[in-house]
Amino acid sequence: MNTNPKPSAQAPTIRNRVLRAESLCKQVSSPEGSLTIVDEVSLDILAGESVAVTGPSGAGKSTLLALLAGLDVPTRGRVLLEGQDLTQLDEDGRARLRAQRVGFVFQSFHLIPALTALENVMLPLELAGRGDARRAAGETLRRVGLSERTGHYPRQLSGGEQQRVALARAFVTQPAVLFADEPTGNLDTVTGARVGELLFELNANAHTTLVLVTHDRELAARCARMVKMDAGRVL
Amino acid sequence: MKALRLALRTLAREWRSGELGVLLLALTVAVAALTGVGFLVSRISAAVALQASAVLAADIRLGSPQPLPETYFTEAARRGLRSARSTNLLSVVFNGEASQLTNVAAVSAGYPLRGRVLVAGEPFARGSPAAGIPAPGEAWPGSKLLAAVGGHVGSQLSIGAASLRVTRVLIARPDQGGTFAELAPNLIMNAADLPATRLIQPGSRVSYAALFAGERTRIDAFKAWLIAHKGPGERLRDITEASPQIRNAVERAGRFLSLASLVSVLLCAIAVAMTARRYVHRHLDAVALLKTLGATRAFTLAMSVLQLLALALLAAVAGAALGFLAQEWLLRTIRGLLAVTDLPAASLSPLAIGFVTAIALLAGFALPPLLQLARVPALRVLRRDVGPPPPLVLLAFGPAIAVVLLLIYWVVPETKLFLYFTAALAAFVLVLTLAGVLLVYLAGRLRGRVGVAWRFGVANLSRRRAESVVQLVAFGTGIMVLLLLGILRDDLNGDWQRTLPPNLPNYFFINIPPAVRGDFVRFLQAQGARTTRVLPMIRGRLTGINGHAIESLRSAGTGEDSFATREQNLTWASELGADNRLIAGRWWTAADFGKPLVSLATEFQESLGVQVGDHLSFDIAGDALEVTVASIRKVKWDTFQPNFFIVFPPGVLEGAAGTYMTSAYFTPGSARSLAQLARRFPSVSIFDIDELLAQVRAVLDKAALAVQSVFAFTLFAGLTVLLAAVQSSRDERRYESAMLRTLGASRGTVVQGVLAEFATLGSLSGLLAAAGASIGAYFLTTQWLDLRYAFEFLPWVEGVFGGALLVAAGGWLATRSVVNQPPLTTLRA
Repeated sequence: MNTNPKPSAQAPTIRNRVLRAESLCKQVSSPEGSLTIVDEVSLDILAGESVAVTGPSGAGKSTLLALLAGLDVPTRGRVLLEGQDLTQLDEDGRARLRAQRVGFVFQSFHLIPALTALENVMLPLELAGRGDARRAAGETLRRVGLSERTGHYPRQLSGGEQQRVALARAFVTQPAVLFADEPTGNLDTVTGARVGELLFELNANAHTTLVLVTHDRELAARCARMVKMDAGRVL
Repeated sequence: MKALRLALRTLAREWRSGELGVLLLALTVAVAALTGVGFLVSRISAAVALQASAVLAADIRLGSPQPLPETYFTEAARRGLRSARSTNLLSVVFNGEASQLTNVAAVSAGYPLRGRVLVAGEPFARGSPAAGIPAPGEAWPGSKLLAAVGGHVGSQLSIGAASLRVTRVLIARPDQGGTFAELAPNLIMNAADLPATRLIQPGSRVSYAALFAGERTRIDAFKAWLIAHKGPGERLRDITEASPQIRNAVERAGRFLSLASLVSVLLCAIAVAMTARRYVHRHLDAVALLKTLGATRAFTLAMSVLQLLALALLAAVAGAALGFLAQEWLLRTIRGLLAVTDLPAASLSPLAIGFVTAIALLAGFALPPLLQLARVPALRVLRRDVGPPPPLVLLAFGPAIAVVLLLIYWVVPETKLFLYFTAALAAFVLVLTLAGVLLVYLAGRLRGRVGVAWRFGVANLSRRRAESVVQLVAFGTGIMVLLLLGILRDDLNGDWQRTLPPNLPNYFFINIPPAVRGDFVRFLQAQGARTTRVLPMIRGRLTGINGHAIESLRSAGTGEDSFATREQNLTWASELGADNRLIAGRWWTAADFGKPLVSLATEFQESLGVQVGDHLSFDIAGDALEVTVASIRKVKWDTFQPNFFIVFPPGVLEGAAGTYMTSAYFTPGSARSLAQLARRFPSVSIFDIDELLAQVRAVLDKAALAVQSVFAFTLFAGLTVLLAAVQSSRDERRYESAMLRTLGASRGTVVQGVLAEFATLGSLSGLLAAAGASIGAYFLTTQWLDLRYAFEFLPWVEGVFGGALLVAAGGWLATRSVVNQPPLTTLRA
């Protein structure tokens, strides 16, 4: 397996800047009043870059990830994904953009239990209207070492295998940006290390930009850049 | 297209993974119950209609004072219908020197097309069905005629110029009528002998009848053709104009069955709403994920809708097939009890109705939650606590309410009833909801005072506030309809038992001269007959309404000519009979006797369109009488007591020449008594209604049977609702049970908690359901079914204990696997 190649540092330009957060704020109301979860976060992420977002629980890491991926809308500020302002798009517009340009890996895998491993991987391709979904999904599952388990349902797979299926589903559309939320958080140390290795290998091969939220120091250390957060702010 | 492909593919896969099983089961059972009831109702209604058409001896009967054109018969034959003729005339029949005015019916082969002719070897004996009609040269005289002229089987009777030999005694024929139209003794003969009698001369009073029967749709089409082609003097009658007694029973049965199907439909709605809720709950994550992967809201909605549509289609086909098989099995098992051995084939319309209703229920009860499902934000993939935004109240309940209203109106298209039923339903749901909120509040207050198991169970009710209220409404409604059906069934059966006891009057006696009235009643009593009230009977004709001559009203198109032009039987009475109910105006007191007032039966009042306070003019034996409508009565004709459309107070008609009438019950085998009676009171007409009674009893038997079957279907539908309700909280329960057991609770404690929760829910639902059912039964029996209401305590016991037991048992069965599952399996999942 390859180690993660660190891209050369260079000044971000509009041409190679894939993701930009401008003064992002996210506030929610709670019984105690308004609560700021993400506070004035500005960030530029370059194409092909790998960024680890770290910090203690409740620091606002996952909320920042949701805002960057367009899963949630900020209270203030804006997010530009490949120059497209996500805050100007409605829910369906953001969904269409995600279908074309974004991949996800989650802590709890989020595979659809009714679908087989192959069908889970085919899903984003089918949603994007790709005709070769079956072939591409089969090929990607082969690359994550699951060519023998394509017909298995999630409940028939181990945790590590389920996360490999999730990785295959994330990479099969060759996204511009891959968002990973604690991808090894639900796995034991050994399996987690293997999945982490696979994640970086796939990322390197696909030249995908990786935004990773993790508590795992080793996994974070493999990223080119680390963004530390606490109390909603980037330190 | 993409959504359809994906929807079908995931549907198939989800089915394989077992997730959709419960939803499909609920829908299938719902459709099965609905179509099963539909098939059953349609077939039994058809059988009842067939039975009822026996009183016409046909499906359609066309009567005329002139011979009927041959074209009617050729047209009927062309349309594949059967036909027969019956020519009726009054003639004096001789047996030697003895003579009697007789109603002679000359019938053609095939008569009767519906019902049967009963004959015997001697007068007033129990009859058995005759094969065919009298052969040429033969006659079948009625008991009264034969007794009056002193004849027997083998006698030669002279009818006009012909001489016919008696080969059987006519006991009953289907079209002898229930309205005293034909009071004279009967005789049937072969139409081929009619020319030989030379009775039909210019000016002779003859009525010609054409009888037609066949398959329902062809009959309906032919009826339309006849209406368009018949001559002005020709009168068409079909089952809707059958005798009041039969019509009453058919209407009552039909009303009850439609009520029962409505109950099933509403239960289906509850089941669909619950399963849809569970479907949505289980698909929140999947939809959030699909959105994360780039699916739009429209796409996710389309996918869910298409999946449910496919499921509905599957359930409709499977359910309809099951429903058909169920009613087929049921009918086969009970066939022996039915008078009609060959039930009409099931019509396919329930299939279409079932499918349309399934779609309507899905649209009303499943679409709103599906719209909610489509609104779940993609963010849920990161934060499980994020659900769809709260629904708009109008969107959440609007379609459901609209569908329920449409369904109710479809089943009871009478505005008053529709409003009653809808208001009662709305009030009931409101009361249940309020009670649910109260229960949740009480549960919160009481949980500190009970043991751990009960605290866990009761606290569950309090914690799942919205779910508890929904379940309470569902269980309450389900139990209520079951109880209501039970009460109504008992009421109906009880009422039929009361109104149709075995010794119901089976003979009517008309034309009793005032001079022999006392003698006649004493004679009846001496013969051991059970007598009823004796009422005067005077012939009269309605001549005007509110000062307008009846002829002018007819030409202006108002009023029904058959009532207005027919000579009426009038009576007077001081008391309102127990089988009469006043619905407008007031009954007279002694102070009103002698005043020009009149009381009308609803049939007469509705057909003339008159109201209390209107003035009617009568011509009674040449004397004009002007009276004011004082009251309107609803008459229960099926008591077979003497009853009249038009009743005057005492002191108005006494001057007119009239006779008396009464009815009495004679035990079977009273032939000798009746023959004696016929000889001693020759002017009295004897009217045997044994066969008519048998027909009414057969109709009511069928109705009672249908009620029982429908009850079974509804019970099954109710249990499905229970299953669906329990299923909807299954996932949560699995987790809670695992947590409790991990924390050291024994399996018994968890089971106790589950039982406590469901028993509480069930008993409160049952209590409210019993209250609702009692109130509902009161309104339905008194306002709709026209029966007396008797309060019953049993439904309350059944409601509370049955509800607790049923819901607790159902709850335990449905959650058993949850409780039994090792905690580790759940917590690891």
